[in-house]
Amino acid sequence: MLAIDVLLDKIDLTAVLIVLFKVVVVFIIGLVATMFMVWFERKIISGMQNRIGPNKAGPFGILQTLADGIKLFFKEDLLPDRADRFVFRLAPFLAFVPAFLVWSIIPLGGDFTNGKGGAIKIFGRYTLVQLADPPIGVLLLLALSGIAVYGIMLAGWSSGSKYPLLGSVRASAQMVSYEAALGLSIAAVLLVAGTLSTNGIVAVQTSLSKWHVVATGVVPFVIFLIAATAELNRPPFDLVEAEQELVGGFNTEYSSLRFALFFLAEFMNTVTMSAVIVTLFFGGPQPLKFEQGSLHFNGNLHLGVLNGTVWFIAKLFVFLYIYVWFRATLPRLRYDQLMNLGWKVLIPASLGWFMLLAAQRVATDNNWNKWAVSIISIAILGVCGLLLMAATRASAKNREREGAMF
Amino acid sequence: MSDFLRDYLTVVWFAATALLLSGLLLGISAAIRPNKPNYEKLMPYESGVDPVGLGWSQSQIRYYVFALLFVVFDVEAVFIFPWATQLERYAGFGLVEMGVFVFVLLLGLVYAWRKGVLRWV
Repeated sequence: MLAIDVLLDKIDLTAVLIVLFKVVVVFIIGLVATMFMVWFERKIISGMQNRIGPNKAGPFGILQTLADGIKLFFKEDLLPDRADRFVFRLAPFLAFVPAFLVWSIIPLGGDFTNGKGGAIKIFGRYTLVQLADPPIGVLLLLALSGIAVYGIMLAGWSSGSKYPLLGSVRASAQMVSYEAALGLSIAAVLLVAGTLSTNGIVAVQTSLSKWHVVATGVVPFVIFLIAATAELNRPPFDLVEAEQELVGGFNTEYSSLRFALFFLAEFMNTVTMSAVIVTLFFGGPQPLKFEQGSLHFNGNLHLGVLNGTVWFIAKLFVFLYIYVWFRATLPRLRYDQLMNLGWKVLIPASLGWFMLLAAQRVATDNNWNKWAVSIISIAILGVCGLLLMAATRASAKNREREGAMF
Repeated sequence: MSDFLRDYLTVVWFAATALLLSGLLLGISAAIRPNKPNYEKLMPYESGVDPVGLGWSQSQIRYYVFALLFVVFDVEAVFIFPWATQLERYAGFGLVEMGVFVFVLLLGLVYAWRKGVLRWV
């Protein structure tokens, strides 16, 4: 709660300045991270495809995004005849603003050692390295990802053109389908963390074995990663803007800076979603500690207040790289495969794992026989899984008889 | 103002900053970019040929059905999230309750599945 306490109650200059300073810094970090991500993705993917990639603007082409941005700045902005003018103008904001807002609840650094709860001292005051720490941060995250659907949906609908419309209905169906699985895998984390505040979630992940990726079993993490990729409309789930089918998808009719806003929002979402994964499952700014006999390392890089931030960025990079890697490696799914994966695999699996985890924890709390509970719950899950598989196989056989191709 | 609301206030500030920045960029760009619209430029894009019919064509009902199904799971999140954070308090009783709830929910999914709603093609 240290984050913004200073505001309003005792209004003094330092307090307001700290908040303003944090807003500006977090905003700039967000923008720079997005621009960097665009360059990073292009550079890595060109490496994977045996190309050079951007290399003209600045050292290693790192200013390429800026150059592209300036180019888009001077381009003519077209508003199609048949478009719904108001909604067409509104949609880019609806995509851009929520993408940015997620960034405000991510703990970007801080000192979590010895129960300090992530507070660091700047200008003689203790503050969190996180713009805001609302008590229901995770719900805010889900709400914002819900609003992001509107941006894409309305952009496609308001264009008054066929490709964007198709892209946007695809997007909305895909995003709501995977949001269910996303929410359920987050629920598994909440079960272990016992709090909805992002700062609290990071604070409980003090060591490697308490990182939620381990503490919840790896399944919720895998489900979250898949569902998050689908939420982001990134390959292999990029049916929303499948170039071979839909030209540009929902943003086909957009040009100039309005297009740039969608583009930025997309990459911003990739960065924030990686940050969310790090926060929920990999301890955010918590350092990686290990003790193996005489070999031990407490994660202190001797960087003072930046220690947590450096750890956070290091973990963030891993996931940014993984997203690019996905794009370079995996072919796009067919739409029916996408829906099947979402509804028939991910949702039942995440619900089942969630109940299993809950049973485990209640058993530990009440000193029930752990083994009995595990065996019973695994047996129930196994039976359910077998039933599901049998049902899928039977329906596939029925449809084959009807003469369906797949 | 309570602690609870203060953090949201900061989020609102942040949203205002984002709105301001994007609005400012669009405004500056509007002042300096060229603007020479003509009939061809403003036509909806349809792979280079003249567009046929209206852009707002009908789309498959399935998209709508999936949206409806999603509502079921969204309502479920309303129950699961608070329960997950207070697991210790409700212990065994809560677990059984949630088990029943999830079972009913899954029945809904199985029903939809059986009805062939989840079949795309």
